Amino acid sequence: MKTEIRLAGTGGQGVILASIVLAEAAGVYEGRHVVQTQSYGPEARGGASKADVIISDEPILFPKSRRLDVLVCLSQQAADKYFDDLKVRGIAIIDRFYVRECPREGTICLPLSETARNELGRELFTNIVTLGAFAQVTRLVKLHSLEKAIAERVPLHTLEMNQQALTVGWKLAANPL
Amino acid sequence: MAVQLLSGNEACAIGALRAGVKFFAGYPITPSTEIAEYLSRKLPKIGGTFVQMEDEIGSICCMNGATAAGLKAMTATSGPGFSLMQEGIGYSAMTELPCIIVNVMRGGPATGSPTRSSQSDVMQARHGTHGDHPIVTLCPWNVKECFDLTVEAVNVSERLRIPVIVLADEITGHMRETVELPEKPLLWHPTNPRKPRDQYFHYDDSNNYDSNIASFGEGYRIHLTGLVHRKDGFPTNDPEIIKWNMDRLRKKLEDNESWLWDVTFEDLGSETIIVCYGSTARSAMEAKRQYERKTGRRVGILRLRMIWPFPQQRLVSLLKSARRVIVPEMNQGQLNRSIERTVSPDVPVISVLRYDGETLTPEAIIEAL
Repeated sequence: MKTEIRLAGTGGQGVILASIVLAEAAGVYEGRHVVQTQSYGPEARGGASKADVIISDEPILFPKSRRLDVLVCLSQQAADKYFDDLKVRGIAIIDRFYVRECPREGTICLPLSETARNELGRELFTNIVTLGAFAQVTRLVKLHSLEKAIAERVPLHTLEMNQQALTVGWKLAANPL
Repeated sequence: MAVQLLSGNEACAIGALRAGVKFFAGYPITPSTEIAEYLSRKLPKIGGTFVQMEDEIGSICCMNGATAAGLKAMTATSGPGFSLMQEGIGYSAMTELPCIIVNVMRGGPATGSPTRSSQSDVMQARHGTHGDHPIVTLCPWNVKECFDLTVEAVNVSERLRIPVIVLADEITGHMRETVELPEKPLLWHPTNPRKPRDQYFHYDDSNNYDSNIASFGEGYRIHLTGLVHRKDGFPTNDPEIIKWNMDRLRKKLEDNESWLWDVTFEDLGSETIIVCYGSTARSAMEAKRQYERKTGRRVGILRLRMIWPFPQQRLVSLLKSARRVIVPEMNQGQLNRSIERTVSPDVPVISVLRYDGETLTPEAIIEAL
């Protein structure tokens, strides 16, 4: 089975890091075939940013996602641009605060950035909250694998907060408002 | 060996380290920067040197200097920087200093599209610097090969005393995959003994390649110049020696073609064969997979790991039974002309091109099938 996932938002929201953590969790800690790619503008913050992860049981040749099984949008611009790429029965997760107009029914709207702000004190943790929610909704990767990947990929002084963010996201998606 | 999630650029930097590269001079440029970043952290820890130069002209000259002093050295860049390096590449070819350049291609010309992918430096890699010169160009198609071909580049460059280019692109450079990289890859070591000091000539007929050459600081008489030179390295205008010098450079590739020409292939008995290189080979392989599942008809694939020197004779024999050849490239058609020359004129060579910064899709290739 092959699953195509896209995480999209604005530069600075950490979608690329989140995609790397996801790919590492599935690839290194669960032994699946993975490919992670990204595209972004030249600016460090503010431009559009998107990252694709493909998880598969067989070797992945073409590295880009085109018909998405899962789409996560952290900005309105991303939602406007990428919902067309989502399969009819695909799963969509959006940030309730930044995506005001939801392009499709059945979309899972979660207060991802608000939760990061209110429960973890900084919006910076939105990406990892998102990963926790992603794992809960899709069950594509184990929470434990994500924890291990986070430990490898985030700066040490933020590790505890990031682990907490993951759990918060997992719980958030278990009981959507 | 452990499984790791790495980008092509990281794998390339690790390949350099495990091949014994101890010196990097460069100037950061998207999409190659991660190579410099990685080596700037690692090289100082193993007694190596990382220098960020003022630009790419300085970078390649700095690298040439380090090589002349006997170190395995490397630089990495992308389009605009690669243009600036051309002068130093020629100097490396003329002075027969090993020289390793990783060019992670982006869209051009000029500053072009920094974060987009392209394969438009194919001809520049071969002919970018002036004068008849030997050069080898390797094209990785996945993360593992970014490692393998960097190691290969170091080996070939040392063995033939020529510049070698690893021609990656934004896709292979930035893409992450899980890989297991060997701790100790196979490295080339000179086996011939070096002549004693009083008989040593830096450009002797016996040391054109596969040789144990001396470096600055070892007590040998070495003279390096970009001018045409005699076997002792000093300049000359003597037509006979100019010809000797030029023939010598040509023979580096001519004499070694048999082991240099490196291609991988599948199903070459098929009527239609896709000839591909670099990241577009991934699209080609996917196109083959989908097409065969759908139609039950086989398609051949021929992937070039080394595009320069162009494996002319080998392709002539491998493509002998082909009735149609398809060449996918992310440029306006660069390697297709070399491929046309390997098949008879009645065999159509169909280019599938994309140059809008996006990845060439398998569907575009299937359409041509």
